[in-house]
Amino acid sequence: MSVNKLSPEESRSVLNKIETDLLRPLTHHKGFELWILFLALVFIVGGYAYFIQLRDGLGVTAMRDYTSWGMYIGNFVFFVATSLIGMFISSVLGLLKIKWITPISRIAEMIALAFAMWAGIVIVIDMGRPDRLLNVFLHGRFQSPIVWDVTVVTTYVAISTLLLLLPLIPDAAIVRRRLPDLPKWQMKIYDLLHLGWEARPDQYQTIRRSMRILAILIIPVALSIHTVTSWLFAATLRAGWDSTIFGPYFVSGAFVAGAAAVIIAMYFFRYNYKLGDYITDFHFNRMGQVLVLVSAVYIYFNLNEYFVPAYKMRTAEQLHLHEMFQGHWAFLFWFTQIGCLAIPTLLLIFKRMRKPGIMLWLSVLVLIGAWFKRLLIVVPVQQHPYLPIQNVPESFHHYVPTGIEIMLTFLPIAGVLLIITIIAKLFPVMPVWEIAHEKGVDESMIK
Amino acid sequence: MEETNNLSGKPQKEDQNARRQFLKKLGLVVGAGAAVTAGAVYMGYDHENKKNPEGKKIRVLTADGQLMEVSEAELLQAENSVETEETELQRRGREGIPGKHWVMVIDLSKCRNARMCMAACQGAHHLRPEQHHINVLRMQDAEHTEPYFMPKPCYHCDNPPCTKVCPVDATFKRQDGIVLIDNQRCIGCRFCIAACPYSARIFHWIEPLKSEEDKDLPYDVELNVPQRKGTISKCLFSADCLRDGELPYCVRACPNGVYYFGDLNEDVVTNGTTRETVRFSELIRKNGGYTVLEELGTKPQVYYLPPKNRLFPYQYEGKTTLDPDDSRIGGGRG
Repeated sequence: MSVNKLSPEESRSVLNKIETDLLRPLTHHKGFELWILFLALVFIVGGYAYFIQLRDGLGVTAMRDYTSWGMYIGNFVFFVATSLIGMFISSVLGLLKIKWITPISRIAEMIALAFAMWAGIVIVIDMGRPDRLLNVFLHGRFQSPIVWDVTVVTTYVAISTLLLLLPLIPDAAIVRRRLPDLPKWQMKIYDLLHLGWEARPDQYQTIRRSMRILAILIIPVALSIHTVTSWLFAATLRAGWDSTIFGPYFVSGAFVAGAAAVIIAMYFFRYNYKLGDYITDFHFNRMGQVLVLVSAVYIYFNLNEYFVPAYKMRTAEQLHLHEMFQGHWAFLFWFTQIGCLAIPTLLLIFKRMRKPGIMLWLSVLVLIGAWFKRLLIVVPVQQHPYLPIQNVPESFHHYVPTGIEIMLTFLPIAGVLLIITIIAKLFPVMPVWEIAHEKGVDESMIK
Repeated sequence: MEETNNLSGKPQKEDQNARRQFLKKLGLVVGAGAAVTAGAVYMGYDHENKKNPEGKKIRVLTADGQLMEVSEAELLQAENSVETEETELQRRGREGIPGKHWVMVIDLSKCRNARMCMAACQGAHHLRPEQHHINVLRMQDAEHTEPYFMPKPCYHCDNPPCTKVCPVDATFKRQDGIVLIDNQRCIGCRFCIAACPYSARIFHWIEPLKSEEDKDLPYDVELNVPQRKGTISKCLFSADCLRDGELPYCVRACPNGVYYFGDLNEDVVTNGTTRETVRFSELIRKNGGYTVLEELGTKPQVYYLPPKNRLFPYQYEGKTTLDPDDSRIGGGRG
């Protein structure tokens, strides 16, 4: 740690600049109302779609007896996947003492919390009897992977909340001091969260130690949520899901989706919140390298997942793989594998490509691909059961999502954006105190 | 300072006051208590008086088959509500029939795709024509092998992958081997559909066929009627028929003698058409009986006799089974 201490005068002016920059969006935010209005509109449309689904049953979706899990489950897997990035950046990189993550750790945690919370709601949207949700707690059987999933996802949400709140303690104190004119209810939140922060050395010690404990705790929990999610499929006997590498395959794919989401958020906050002094080209370069690394691992798992069964072409897997490689799903399959995974990874290997603008578009591509990849994991397998699909209407053979399903997929996405928007509106998107500390500001002044 | 004050003169007076008040309160409490007690004693006395003075006893059977004795005066007409009936249906439905291990044998050499089994099943369980607890599939094992018809109910596996994954114990395996679904418990997650390698389960995506007519019926878990929107349904081996000593709906409906049904523990199965009863083990041994996809380790309890000596060609959707251009031919047996 080579932090050069600043003199009290320098400290004061540096801290003042950091505070001014990072707290500006709390009071000024152009287009905020319009954005909220847009999200509200998505909510209203989605809410109406859900009302129709409740009234008429899941028959308003394209799901039928054979393809009985569709877009909702794909969306659920995507949500859980994307939420893993919070653990990767704050814990894995943080515990490795990698310094450049400081300005993006809170962004990663906001994404993690928002996606994890909404993952739980997405799964309720898929339930035939959401009114019986309590049965999971009243009659829960621990033999069922669904109960494991409920357990680990709630734990992950709890730990992620704490990991977000702890570093907010000093920041809440700062906001409270700097912006006393904010509305009363908002001040109450800071009052509650600052927990009597006085920047005492023992307080620093407590907060750092607690964050470290949580950072360690969250690693096994985060690995569990996506491993268990993969087991919802791998624990069945269906050809195409019946795979021993599904756990690591899902986890590695999760980091790809999450890293892309973080890059998109970084770009947004850099330009919209005018934080170019904090989220620099250097940070984009680093995140680009992270994306290359996790994508390379994911490509390796994809090779194992598709090439090895394809080499053997066992009867049961044959139909499925043919449909993926050259049949009904071929376009989507090659689009996600080549267009949204291989090409972005190859491009990002070159330093010239690791610039904010290019990375934004590549990340959008990667994220879209990640979403469709989940759909490809969930849906096609069900269309090739061991025994033939016969004596049912034509619609049972195919799966083309309905408008209701699409609306109810956008509803949770809007929900995630809403949570991120609210957190980013109430609090600085970076830990002010950690950034000030890194710039050499006297710690006792950060309160 | 205050303490010393409290210890002198003044507090004594307060003490006396307190005692007086306490006695007053005590009087009130005792009085009220006595009144209540007297009332209760009187009501009890009155109640006893109304009873049959001789205390004549009569014997009754409880719902779970216990012989009990009650005094005649206490006898009331049992409240026969839908709830009490359902509780009893649930209890016996989850328990199963002790000592039995139900097993089905399907002779593929006799199946001519009459589909009477499917119709009988759909009628009994109030299903739509596209909803199958039992489905007659047209199978072709390999490119040059002859197609054949294969009725496919639930296999009531002894190692069922479906009950394993249910998060709420809505689908379960009973002591007599039947895998049932409780649609009052089911949350509609459809994990069991994903887990079943035989595609034996269906889901009520929309309002079930007769939900309006059936809505006041007590729910019988052994028949799965009334069916409910947003829940699973499946073949139940006609557990309601078995309780009454009858063969399952599909078995009885077959005109071609395809089905045998019986008890593995007794080693006998009865043909639903001819009513001929034979040894299960002998039937399987002599005819090369097998189960479907047994390599998955599910231990199906539905056995097949191979489709030999078939009366080919059969008519099938206007074509004979020998026509090679049916695109809906499935993957065969694994």
